[in-house]
Amino acid sequence: MSKYTEDDLREELKTKEYEYGFYTDIESETFPIGLNEDIVRAISKKKEEPEWMTEWRLEAFKVWKSMEEPDWANVNYKKPDFQAIAYYSAPKAIDPNKTLDDVDPDLLAMYKKLGISVDEQKKMNNVAMDIVVDSVSVATTFKKTLGEKGIIFMPISEAIQEHPELVRKYIGTIVPTKDNFYAALNSAVFSDGSFCYIPKGVKCPMELSTYFRINEGGTGQFERTLVIADEGSYVSYLEGCTAPSRDENQLHAAVVELIALDDAEIKYSTVQNWYPGNDKGIGGVYNFVTKRGLCEKNAKISWTQVETGSAVTWKYPSCILKGDNSVGEFYSIAVTNNYQQADTGTKMIHLGKNTKSTIISKGISAGKSQNSYRGLVQIGSRAENARNFSQCDSLLMGNECGAHTFPYIEAKNKTAMIEHEATTSKIGEDQIFYCNQRGIDTEKAIALIVNGFSKEVLNKLPMEFAVEAQKLLEISLEGSVG
Amino acid sequence: MLQIKDLHASVEEKSILRGINLEVKAGEVHAIMGPNGSGKSTLASVIAGKEEYEVDKGSIFLEGEDIEELAAEERAHKGVFLSFQYPVEIPGVSVTNFIKTAINETRKAKGLGDMPAKDMLKMIRDKAEMLEIDRKFLSRSLNVGFSGGEKKRNEIFQMAMLEPKLAILDETDSGLDIDALRIVANGVNKLKSKDNAVVLITHYQRLLDYIKPDFVHVLYNGRIVKSGGPELAHELEEKGYDWIKEEADA
Repeated sequence: MSKYTEDDLREELKTKEYEYGFYTDIESETFPIGLNEDIVRAISKKKEEPEWMTEWRLEAFKVWKSMEEPDWANVNYKKPDFQAIAYYSAPKAIDPNKTLDDVDPDLLAMYKKLGISVDEQKKMNNVAMDIVVDSVSVATTFKKTLGEKGIIFMPISEAIQEHPELVRKYIGTIVPTKDNFYAALNSAVFSDGSFCYIPKGVKCPMELSTYFRINEGGTGQFERTLVIADEGSYVSYLEGCTAPSRDENQLHAAVVELIALDDAEIKYSTVQNWYPGNDKGIGGVYNFVTKRGLCEKNAKISWTQVETGSAVTWKYPSCILKGDNSVGEFYSIAVTNNYQQADTGTKMIHLGKNTKSTIISKGISAGKSQNSYRGLVQIGSRAENARNFSQCDSLLMGNECGAHTFPYIEAKNKTAMIEHEATTSKIGEDQIFYCNQRGIDTEKAIALIVNGFSKEVLNKLPMEFAVEAQKLLEISLEGSVG
Repeated sequence: MLQIKDLHASVEEKSILRGINLEVKAGEVHAIMGPNGSGKSTLASVIAGKEEYEVDKGSIFLEGEDIEELAAEERAHKGVFLSFQYPVEIPGVSVTNFIKTAINETRKAKGLGDMPAKDMLKMIRDKAEMLEIDRKFLSRSLNVGFSGGEKKRNEIFQMAMLEPKLAILDETDSGLDIDALRIVANGVNKLKSKDNAVVLITHYQRLLDYIKPDFVHVLYNGRIVKSGGPELAHELEEKGYDWIKEEADA
């Protein structure tokens, strides 16, 4: 008789292999390893940046040198040697002025492997895409269509050249250079990322999307994203990420800043699938990311994330609800398997009156992984009638993983209403048997249960992303599904 | 349809079934009764292929095929259905989505494509009507917050959708009020045909007033100690199980 015990479940979870673990042999230009002022200057020069940008980077570098890597998160790893990383790597064949048709065929083949053929993307309605490989933005589609509406969507390196007034006005205002260790590092060495500006009253007619990929070995990726939604505008922004399988740990330290001016709305969705390391816990990406958004009056920022990759994740997409009646939302699914560790959550900082925030976090732990939710809800003294609702659910698979919840609440205004709910459940043999008995095999049963558990968050993703995310959940947790 | 020969089974090294012999032919309804702890639910689980149960000896045939080596889902694909005594909850998965998945996985195992949405919809509508299930119910998370009666009705609804050859109903009557019992029993009666078979596992005679069995078996200490016609159920209702125990232990 065929059986399905805890051990089998564990065994099955082990067999998953990283689907995006290929490396494309593209000629790259990589800086020597190590970090010092000269490297920072060299990056800035490479990018032909104006003086103020170089100075800004150097200032950040100075701050970074005086900071210590944080260790309060519930994760354990060997600290990266910041002098053993190359801080700039660019696929050599890329000339930013080239059109899509001139892109290195190897690169295009890589996109195809990633399932995002650029040709297809061009034809597809409603998704304009920027792709960042290693450190450089490779191609931005749909620039013209967007341009007609006055929407700016381009690599941040180009934006620094073409729209310096906008970049200079907003960069570092939401995540200051000295915000934290990784943010400071990013500010000093970021080489590319996406920039997006939606003019007053414009509803962006398509989803904007960036695809990040680390390709080169021994490099770090430090992208910087800046999204500005001017008064009364709306934009939905998606980002996806993958990396090749490598035995070493690669560092990814990104900064994302969102600015939603009065009555604007930004929806920011992430599917993070960096290489998680192998089943022994060797290799994988360190994902140390600072994401934060500012809401002015009546504005709304909504973060949705599906986190399945990375060996170590340290990430808290946050909202500063500065304007009255502004709204912040955080919807998250974090999956950890094998030896992955995730410490992720959000901060909702209520400053304005009648501000509202919602936090829905779904953590799924399998293997020997550790999955922590860490969240802060802060109500300022002038935030009359602030409301927060938080729900943190954990799903455990097997007996060797961990799920942790660290909710922090600081309320300085008596009118605040804060609700917090938390549940922990386990996929039981009884649930699996019930599904088996109805003709659903164990892999499919786990997928069904996990998708059911994550449904509230999956529903928040744009349609085409939701399908991808659902598939990713299945792949992350199982042997061969998907 | 179902043939069980000298079946011995244990769980965690504790022997529970100790030599079951049973033959159920197509078109028949069998009732298996017995006091608590006699092994009724174990028998149901072993037939369905639950992993914790070890078959120590004997065999189970479905339509002449030995199914002992088959996984639970493979048995399901071959037409074995178990209505659970305690159906599990699956949050976030609607009744509809669950049934759709079950039907399409079974079709896949048979080399068929997904059931066309139009056909599925019609089938759901027909069967839901038969069991007096309203549409709202279908969108709820599987068994989450269901009353006892709703859970059992949902089990029979799934049975109606999956059209099994062999349906084992484990204590389907427990936790049902009289109206729910009537609806469930009606459903089972309508699903009965000359090509399928039903095994009712029950503690009480009550269900058998609504679903008439052709044979009644009494399970005690892991063995069938008495078999007879429907009149045996009435006798048990009147006299309880003590005389059976005395007879068996003598």
